[in-house]
Amino acid sequence: MSYIKPPFRHPDLPINELGYSKKDYEGAISTLCAGCGHDSISGAIVQACYEMSVEPHRIAKLSGIGCSSKTPAYFLNNSHGFNSVHGRMPSVSTGANLANRDLLYIGVSGDGDSASIGMGQFVHVIRRNLNMTYIVMNNGCYGLTKGQDSATADEGSLSKGGSTNLFQGIDLASLAMELGASFVARSFSGDKDQLIPLLKAAMSHKGFAFLDIISPCVTFNNNLGSTKSYDYVRDHMETLATVDFVPYQNEITLEYKEGQSKSVKLHDGSMLNLHKLNAEWDPTNRKSALEQINEFKDKGEILTGLIYIDQQSTDLHSLIKTSNQPLNSLTEKDLMPSLADLELINDDHR
Amino acid sequence: MSETAIKINDFVIRFANVNGTGSASANTMFALSIFRMGVPMTAKNVFPSNIQGLPTWYEVRVSEKGYLGRRDGVDIVACLNPQSLAKDVASVLPGGYFVYDSTKNLHKEFIREDINYIGIPMMEICMREYTDPRMRQLFKNMIYVGALATLLNIDLEVLKNVISDEFKKKPKLIEPNIFAINLGVSYIKANYDYPLNIRLEKRNLVGNKIVINGNTACGIGAIYAGATVAAWYPITPSTSLVDAFDKYASKLRIDPETGLKKYAIVQAEDELSAIGMVIGANWNGARAFTSTSGPGISLMSEFLGLAYFAEISTVLFNVQRTGPSTGMPTRTQQSDILSCAYASHGDTKHVLLFPSSPKECFDMSANAFDMAERLQTPIIVMLDLDLGMNDHLSEPFEWNENRLYDRGKVLNAEELDACAQFGRYLDVDNDGISYRTIAGTHPTKGAFVTRGTSRDEYAKYTEQGDEYVKNMEKLTRKWETAKKHVPDAEFYQEKSQNKIGMLFFGTTLYPALEALDMLKEQGIFIDAMRIKSFPFTNAIDNFIAEHEYVFVVEQNRDAQFRSLLVNELEVNPKKLVKILNYDGMPVTADCILKQVLPKIKNHI
Repeated sequence: MSYIKPPFRHPDLPINELGYSKKDYEGAISTLCAGCGHDSISGAIVQACYEMSVEPHRIAKLSGIGCSSKTPAYFLNNSHGFNSVHGRMPSVSTGANLANRDLLYIGVSGDGDSASIGMGQFVHVIRRNLNMTYIVMNNGCYGLTKGQDSATADEGSLSKGGSTNLFQGIDLASLAMELGASFVARSFSGDKDQLIPLLKAAMSHKGFAFLDIISPCVTFNNNLGSTKSYDYVRDHMETLATVDFVPYQNEITLEYKEGQSKSVKLHDGSMLNLHKLNAEWDPTNRKSALEQINEFKDKGEILTGLIYIDQQSTDLHSLIKTSNQPLNSLTEKDLMPSLADLELINDDHR
Repeated sequence: MSETAIKINDFVIRFANVNGTGSASANTMFALSIFRMGVPMTAKNVFPSNIQGLPTWYEVRVSEKGYLGRRDGVDIVACLNPQSLAKDVASVLPGGYFVYDSTKNLHKEFIREDINYIGIPMMEICMREYTDPRMRQLFKNMIYVGALATLLNIDLEVLKNVISDEFKKKPKLIEPNIFAINLGVSYIKANYDYPLNIRLEKRNLVGNKIVINGNTACGIGAIYAGATVAAWYPITPSTSLVDAFDKYASKLRIDPETGLKKYAIVQAEDELSAIGMVIGANWNGARAFTSTSGPGISLMSEFLGLAYFAEISTVLFNVQRTGPSTGMPTRTQQSDILSCAYASHGDTKHVLLFPSSPKECFDMSANAFDMAERLQTPIIVMLDLDLGMNDHLSEPFEWNENRLYDRGKVLNAEELDACAQFGRYLDVDNDGISYRTIAGTHPTKGAFVTRGTSRDEYAKYTEQGDEYVKNMEKLTRKWETAKKHVPDAEFYQEKSQNKIGMLFFGTTLYPALEALDMLKEQGIFIDAMRIKSFPFTNAIDNFIAEHEYVFVVEQNRDAQFRSLLVNELEVNPKKLVKILNYDGMPVTADCILKQVLPKIKNHI
């Protein structure tokens, strides 16, 4: 294990369109276990932000409590972060977003943080369609407290100690669909080729983008019989489409056979090209997407990839009609009513 | 008929109504007419946790001397509720009046020899005049207001103007309401001698004062202070605070060109989420607040600890009600002192402000936002139900148009470029307050992770004991700095001879001042102090030190404020004498006097 990250980088390190190198998007060295799925996701976030040429300080990263919630320290050092309290990242993100609608919000949570203690906030942030990317690093167990089952652990899954999980697992992706999330995807920490374009698509989406990322816990939940182990997920992972993210700056037309590809335009003009494997499925139709997710569940397989997207999605600010100028940039001139107004108020109470 | 002494501008009238029958607006118009006659009055709404059907009372105290606290004893009861009849008859002071609906005869058991009865066949008049049952109900309220106005010598022109103002937006309703008033007036004129010995006379004693409740005052204060985000969860008695913010923001904070709002209000799923949103918004540079009551404080505690430890400005209004648990949700108390002062696990302390009047609510609300950003910590404004929901006679609101918001120590991009090394928790000025940055300020400087875990001066996670202690000591230094920013205590009757002091806070001000006057009449002079904030300033320490003993008057069972004084100032507990009232009704001067007098006479 390394304890410090050397500041040295190769002088010829490539730079993105804004002139930033990948280094500008990196974070502190991770203190998670070697081989933890979460670190791969952090790496994917760094890669996605670098490739998308987002200015690092225009991103805010927020989290709750748990192994997953530690990760914002391990990516995007030039972005403000907020490691809040257990299960409450959604509310803190909501407040932050209300204050400044112009930043890009990445929320990181875990299965304990979102599916148990924070379930209420998870449900309500979806309902408000907050403009953010919400990532659950889902390993089916509580790592920091040494491996207890979480609420997303599948019924019948075996723990490291050999006990069987008796309770039904909560499928956060299905739940997000049911609750009306405007972007739902599932991926696997071990599949960067799928994960990076999905992250880019989520960040380009206006409204609530949910990413359920299976991220095995190498220490407590990587044993035989666990349905969240590396081996199990690799063997049971299915996808409906491979995804290409095409930023709007360099939109290109790719040729795919009719019926096998679908292009989805995102809010900022970027395109998602989906190379579909299943002609029945329409990712822009909630009913169709829900059917697919349930079908795969019945087969005992894990459906990954982009599952649903609402291209017409707006967000909380549009719903409650807040000013286009971020609220945190308004000054006395914008906010302070006049003395005459106050005199009218006084008069109304005489 | 009983003999009644003449009482001019000095009485208490109590309306006994059924909740949900429209009596509240009629009663308010009655009270406002007294105010507009230039006579000081205070109104208390004693209402149930119910939408319709249960008894509700509205009490108006008229006091030429300007006493604005509740008073023991009722001179006149206007009883419109058969459910509470027995209790209402019993509540009238000897020589007082009992006004009732005489459509049905009053049963013998309700007849007292020592009070006067004034029967008005209200329902009979309504049945005769109106056909619609809803109209019968609503106008019955105006009939008794008209009758009482005549009995009590309220200027009818004043009353009619109040009605016209009340229905400014629905002018069609003015005429029918005045018609109903006249039905009451005519009945009294035809059947009774008027006015009564207990009555009003016009004065010029209210100056340019206003009549308003504390919740509304806080909401307006938040608007002037530049609050842009309000997140809340409905709970009595704090709901009307965000309602007021909403009402005035929708008039004063809409961009005329786009029609878009220069504020955001989110009704959260619970109090945890409400305070989470407020902390998130403040962290990101907006002025944000929430309002709640005791149960909400319990739920918000974990987050308050985060805001304290991570040093995030937060404004929270706590409109206290009667606890513990759900308690009496529609009754007043000052019983969240300790739960707010030390909210959350670990070593935490929060700045508290204690307004006494709507004017102070307005000022403290506005100042709380400056203080929160200056100190980078939660500021809890401690109202109670009486202050928050009842109308109070108050000085008018004032504002300096040149006022600039104090955003505290925030670094912009140029300042970050100029600074050698930014450390979020470095105590550069040695006052416990560090410099902060807001997300999006600078591409490569000033970013850090805010966290509830222990960290070093550069916001890096640490479990080093010495770093942790250094940080906790910095927070202690900040607490000392806070003493310079909070409003100091106010003193009354400073020159006493007998070394007795009295201290109080919040709404206890009104009955306490009245009790002090009553003591003076008996030749007993007591020094008094009203505390307006926590942390306690040196002046508070000195006041206690200068007196042999000090009465601490508060509205809870466990003398929580006294505990806070003992704990924080290391005062000998024997010096601080508990004077308590916690039945859910605002404390009265009589209640204070009854406890204080024997103690003074027996030298405690």
